[in-house]
Amino acid sequence: MTVTTPTPRTAARRRLRAGPVLIHLSLIVASLVVLTPLVVVFLTSLKTSEEVADTAGALSLPNDWLNIGNYVTAFADGHLLAALGNTAFILFFSITGTVVIGSMTAYAIDRFDFRFKKLIMGLFLIATLVPGVTTQVATFQVVNALGLFDTRWAPIVLYLGTDIVSIYIFLQFIRSIPTSLDEAARLDGANAFTVYRRIILPLLKPAIATVVIIKGITTYNDFYIPFLYMPSEGHGTISTALFRFKGPFGAHWENISAGAVLVIVPTLVVFLFLQRYIYNGFAQGATK
Amino acid sequence: MTDTTRKTPPPAPGRAAVSPRYRVRRPAAPARSWQNRPLRRITPWLFLLVPLALLITFTYVPVGNMLYYSFTDWDGVSPRRNFTGADNYVQLFTRPELFRVFAVSLYYLAASAVQITIALYFATVLSFDLRFRNLFKAILFFPYLINGVAIGFVFLYFFQDGGTLDSILSWFGAGGGHAWLGDPASANTSLAGVSVWRFTGLNFVLFLGAIQSVPGELYEAAQLDGAGKWQQFRHIIAPSIRPVLGLSAILAVSGSLSVFEIPYIMTGGATGTSTFVIQTVKFAFQFNKTGLASACAVVLLLIILLITWIQRRLVPDDKVDLV
Repeated sequence: MTVTTPTPRTAARRRLRAGPVLIHLSLIVASLVVLTPLVVVFLTSLKTSEEVADTAGALSLPNDWLNIGNYVTAFADGHLLAALGNTAFILFFSITGTVVIGSMTAYAIDRFDFRFKKLIMGLFLIATLVPGVTTQVATFQVVNALGLFDTRWAPIVLYLGTDIVSIYIFLQFIRSIPTSLDEAARLDGANAFTVYRRIILPLLKPAIATVVIIKGITTYNDFYIPFLYMPSEGHGTISTALFRFKGPFGAHWENISAGAVLVIVPTLVVFLFLQRYIYNGFAQGATK
Repeated sequence: MTDTTRKTPPPAPGRAAVSPRYRVRRPAAPARSWQNRPLRRITPWLFLLVPLALLITFTYVPVGNMLYYSFTDWDGVSPRRNFTGADNYVQLFTRPELFRVFAVSLYYLAASAVQITIALYFATVLSFDLRFRNLFKAILFFPYLINGVAIGFVFLYFFQDGGTLDSILSWFGAGGGHAWLGDPASANTSLAGVSVWRFTGLNFVLFLGAIQSVPGELYEAAQLDGAGKWQQFRHIIAPSIRPVLGLSAILAVSGSLSVFEIPYIMTGGATGTSTFVIQTVKFAFQFNKTGLASACAVVLLLIILLITWIQRRLVPDDKVDLV
């Protein structure tokens, strides 16, 4: 990295001339560090319990590469199908709700002048500083008082109520939509809601895509909230159902591994298809 | 919300002017332009109704209640709660075993430093045009997207006796048999290592984005002026990522204080791996000490607010232009 000669290329295609061997080596080592634990779990998921108990070592290859018995066990006995249903239910409502609420808030704040606007914006801003993990002690009582404890609505309302990041993403984006569009529609007799519905919302599509992706992945992965608020077996999400593998499957690493692989695969698929959006989305989400 | 807005009459600017009688009959809506109508004044509130209700119910009410609970001996269930003054706080600060969990955060803080360094290195390297650049980028980032419980299990197996790590070490002739999660120092180091594995990707992508937002001409100009790669890093790359670096530092500190998932899933807080949040959750939901747990949460909240405030003072963030 230190001894390169100047290159007459543009920055996007800047080339590294010297030291590429070392650099590639470091990249390969890092990739191995990232991939090895995952690959081993994949290998384990294809082994029989005898193979796992066998002292051949964690990195030995399975005898039968098509042994899907563990997946069947994990899927059936691990209640993963019900969990998938619950997660899908929560995902659907929390994502739709976040998009509607976030875009409405952004629209109201950016396009209207009203009294206490500064105060309202301050309320949303300060809320970003309050880390969710700390307040659960008291949030629990609120959810309980609302009668939502141990229902699938508990995580939904919590994801809706505490998601300020999406509001910021929408707010940032809505500023780039020229107000002349609103005004033109107003002159044609459109009311505020029509402007929101017919003009703002369709133009917010890129921001919506970002929010859906971030929200989708974080909701799918969230453990803390479903764990606290939906303790009963029938209300497991992907995370909590997998967490419960710890008990019944004890030391059956082949089943636990299969469960973990089943949970990771959807994420991998989504990542492979939406890579570009995901990088941008998380970069935007984190810097808010 | 949707319905309410729809039912309100459309503010047609033409109508009032065309029909003067309409104007007389409805003196509430005489405005020549829609901007002055009272309807216009409530409209933003109609849009804000639900978001504000949710914000207050699930952020501000809990924070307020938490403050209140922290001065009581409430158990979370019984209708009776006694006001005990600052007793919970006194307990928290005088019983060393309650405060000791903060020491565990130091492991995660150190891990964050490692994580930021690694991320910075790979972001710099991959900002150049390398072969398989996108593949490496994807591999480095992917762990950040994986479900925390799955990561917990992957690494339980990784650190297990005769598991992945021991097998790899035995290739290099290093003896196994070390119980990685067996004693506090080793367990916390291992868990902090998992956190590096999991979160480096996010820092890396943030840094890479910041580096790539620098216009290419800057590097060319620097090269023409004879700047070496180190000087380019020092004078172009480093300043461009300073805001993101500040943000990462703040996330690192508040993240290390509120670690929960990985240690809870992997060890349940056993063998000295309990963190402040794990302890708080246990007080609240296992030992029914809502009062004490609230005091813990208030302390953590104050620390995090303080850190954020310091960061805002040190690194004025131009991006936060909302207020």
